[in-house]
Amino acid sequence: MSLTVEENKALIEEVLKAYPEKTAKKRAKHLGTFEDGKPDCGVKSNIKSLPGVMTIRGCAYAGSKGVVWGPIKDMIHISHGPVGCGQYSWASRRNYYIGETGIDTFGTMQFTSDFQEKDIVFGGDKKLEKIIDEIEVLFPLNKGITVQSECPIGLIGDDIEAVSKKKAKEYEGKTIVPVRCEGFRGVSQSLGHHIANDAVRDWVFDKVDPNKNVFESSPYDVAIIGDYNIGGDAWSSRILLEEMGLRVIAQWSGDGTIAELENTPKAKLNVLHCYRSMNYISRHMEEKYGTPWVEYNFFGPTMIEKSLREIASHFDDTIKANAEVVIAKYRKLIDETIAKYKPRLQGKKVMLFVGGLRPRHVIGAYEDLGMEVVGTGYEFGHNDDYQRTTHYVKDGTLIYDDVTGYEFEKFVEKVQPDLVGSGIKEKYVFQKMGVPFRQMHSWDYSGPYHGYDGFAIFARDMDMAINSPVWSLTKAPWKKAA
Amino acid sequence: MPQNVEKVLDHENLFREPEYKAMFDNKRSQFEFRVPAEELAKQIEYAKTWEYREKNFAREALTVNPAKACQPLGAVFAAVGFEKTLPFVHGSQGCVAYYRSHFSRHFKEPTSCVSSSMTEDAAVFGGLNNMIDGLANTYNLYKPEMIAVSTTCMAEVIGDDLDAFIKTSKQKGSIPAEFDVPFAHTPAFVGSHITGYDNALQGIIKYFWDGKAGQGTALTRIPNESINFIGGFDGFVCGNLPEIRRMLDLMGVEHTILCDPSDVWNTPTDGEFRMYDGGTTKAQVEAAINAKATISFQGYSTEKTMKLIKEHGHDTTSFHHPMGVTGTDAFLMKVSELTGKPIPKELELERGRLVDAIADSQAHLHGKKFALYGDPDLMLGMTAFLLELGAEPVHVLSTNGDKEWAEKVQVLLDASPFGKNCKAYPKADLWHMRSLLFTEKVDFLIGNTYGKYLERDCGTPLIRLGFPIFDRHHHHRFPIWGYQGALRVLTMLLDEYFEALDANTIGIGTTDYSYDIIR
Repeated sequence: MSLTVEENKALIEEVLKAYPEKTAKKRAKHLGTFEDGKPDCGVKSNIKSLPGVMTIRGCAYAGSKGVVWGPIKDMIHISHGPVGCGQYSWASRRNYYIGETGIDTFGTMQFTSDFQEKDIVFGGDKKLEKIIDEIEVLFPLNKGITVQSECPIGLIGDDIEAVSKKKAKEYEGKTIVPVRCEGFRGVSQSLGHHIANDAVRDWVFDKVDPNKNVFESSPYDVAIIGDYNIGGDAWSSRILLEEMGLRVIAQWSGDGTIAELENTPKAKLNVLHCYRSMNYISRHMEEKYGTPWVEYNFFGPTMIEKSLREIASHFDDTIKANAEVVIAKYRKLIDETIAKYKPRLQGKKVMLFVGGLRPRHVIGAYEDLGMEVVGTGYEFGHNDDYQRTTHYVKDGTLIYDDVTGYEFEKFVEKVQPDLVGSGIKEKYVFQKMGVPFRQMHSWDYSGPYHGYDGFAIFARDMDMAINSPVWSLTKAPWKKAA
Repeated sequence: MPQNVEKVLDHENLFREPEYKAMFDNKRSQFEFRVPAEELAKQIEYAKTWEYREKNFAREALTVNPAKACQPLGAVFAAVGFEKTLPFVHGSQGCVAYYRSHFSRHFKEPTSCVSSSMTEDAAVFGGLNNMIDGLANTYNLYKPEMIAVSTTCMAEVIGDDLDAFIKTSKQKGSIPAEFDVPFAHTPAFVGSHITGYDNALQGIIKYFWDGKAGQGTALTRIPNESINFIGGFDGFVCGNLPEIRRMLDLMGVEHTILCDPSDVWNTPTDGEFRMYDGGTTKAQVEAAINAKATISFQGYSTEKTMKLIKEHGHDTTSFHHPMGVTGTDAFLMKVSELTGKPIPKELELERGRLVDAIADSQAHLHGKKFALYGDPDLMLGMTAFLLELGAEPVHVLSTNGDKEWAEKVQVLLDASPFGKNCKAYPKADLWHMRSLLFTEKVDFLIGNTYGKYLERDCGTPLIRLGFPIFDRHHHHRFPIWGYQGALRVLTMLLDEYFEALDANTIGIGTTDYSYDIIR
């Protein structure tokens, strides 16, 4: 059982006592309890993190280079500025792709302008020009370049747009995309997603040559939007859509290519997984090209079934019938998975703190295994995320927006969940406390978790986390007795 | 349907199933519009050539796959090494998320660190308010005994003045006036993570020795018999510093390790999360001024720090990551010379056992060609060790090593017959290394986790030594310093050699005559 509304309230009050008064007042707005019937979760969101509290959030650069653009595999993404940002985000998000790395794909490489003091003093535009020239010499098969701005770029007044335009012209209309995702912009990764979406709109869509990369359209063309193919998620999703007779013409952006981005406006329907990071471009395509979009959720059989039917409802009876065939085809796998793991996981309590869509989207998958999510929160969610969350959470769920290290530790201490799902920075804190943990950004180097194939892995992983014998060893036997 | 509950297929097998393979082919042929196979094959081969190598080395602006990180990462490392100290990085918050993730992926441990979370308004007006509020929040919430401040490039570009900001914060009552807040400016666009380590450590020592940034009195040095030891930025710190302590204890040398994160990055799983554990205490830092001498194990990682310490009258010695027999000999003899304490029998015995191990195995490493890359100090130490083993360090590369460093490596190479035809490459990256490995082949590569891409592309087996190591567990828990550490490194080299030899002779009925049971 989760705590009651009153117990949550008391817990939040207790935790807030540690803060200076001004900070406590601000943090109070981000902590709350979901109550049935309310239109949102009763917390404020998408507000600046407070200094010194140990926020878990990242920055706009992380949202653009790390999330949206980085996985586009046949383009070269320059981390423009000092060396660190590109180094720390180098290949760490597990955006799987297929290609000859360093030759025709570049996903797990770190291209940086490695700014030195002179670049800060005199500006980096000349260096950027030279970098683009050198890329063309050494990596001639690249299909485009993006310039991912790090903090200094916006502060020293570089004109990366002018450089991009100039070089695009020089290289015969090559796609060169300047992205103003300096880390100090906005309050989290979230603005970086938005800026990156806008850059696709302005520097890809608006410059597409309609005679390039042509294929014959079909009535069943869809694009997967907002799946970064972490551990192969987009693949274990795509296979279901194709099995129901749809044709996936683009993946955004996991294992994606520039050609796929360019051709996406031809889709009959955009299917959107991570609403938070790609609703912007979906709305744009709806407005400009009339492409409708639908959100879906491929975590756990209940939500997968619902989503397959929802997606099929946008198409004819053949597709609708196919959706049922797909659901039936995987029924055995799902029944067996649940039969195996549910008895081992039934009633286990979970606390989540993740980004994007996951603080709500994975809840159904846990529930399919008989588990209960008793606390959840978003690293960089907006109010529309918390509204959507109301469809997933139960009355009394503890909600924490942009949780601080201190709060999260105290909440877990008090609530005593059987599993915490969050990120690498949190993982070892909770494991030290003896609480089973799974990284729910990187799937803890496992995955995929999307789709039916992914659900079997998800169930196995949650079981191995919670039921590992190691948790019975944390207390020395001579201390246990005392 | 490939997935199976009884034997769950993970990513590495799932996507090899025919359904997925067909899906990939379909995606590729219909929608990716990739370069034609012929053109692709041509470029793959071209990128292996001398001609490509020349173009690659002609690069002036672009960096590809560097083996270095930025200053504040090193500053956080330094701060973590002091008792109950919370690193506080002034600037954009995303940076701190990156440092914490980076360290946690390497050490498999929590890394506590806060940011002043500067955003656009701070870019315009400066980050003073972020400092004032940030220090107050950190102080109240995490109850540190010291907050060590460093900077991201954002704060440096707009020119925030840490000294003034911290003083103002104290005046505004954000933290008590007597609370210790050492600081260092650590611009990411100068040097690398080792520069940041150096600046931050120098900042902390200077703070305590030179009068707490004008808010106390400078300490007067009364020399005693103890010595200080500084390790430098080191991914194996959890194993190395305890090994140093053990050796110095065996010698009976009174010593202080300045900056010791080996406990906080090595806490037990026993039901309690320790945000702080171990580390050099403030009292130790203050007392360290009285030491007769200070030894740095990594000179490039401690240039400014050692300069400061020398200015305070210490006898200073900077090594370059000494490894192996002669490296460890030199270190111990220096300690003995400084303290007058003899090197004890136990260490002599360890030395003898290491030499014994080398003698047992040298035939397998003699003349083997190695490429290695990493921080400048590690490269000097490892090069010397390889030469000592009779191996050839053919390519020695460092992204954050400069020309002067390369000259030092060359001196080492020139002094040994095994250094003939070997070369140092300063300010080069792993894409340069790729060309080197294709054009001048070696038997083994030594480097951090990112070297696995070179292993994949060039077929050169990788021995993981350096920072970060994300894809193998627990290496950092064991020392690579001292005779014991050298024994471990020797074993790593040999393991990789034997693995490669076995793999090369495992063909049933074709090559397995050499698949020997005794090697």
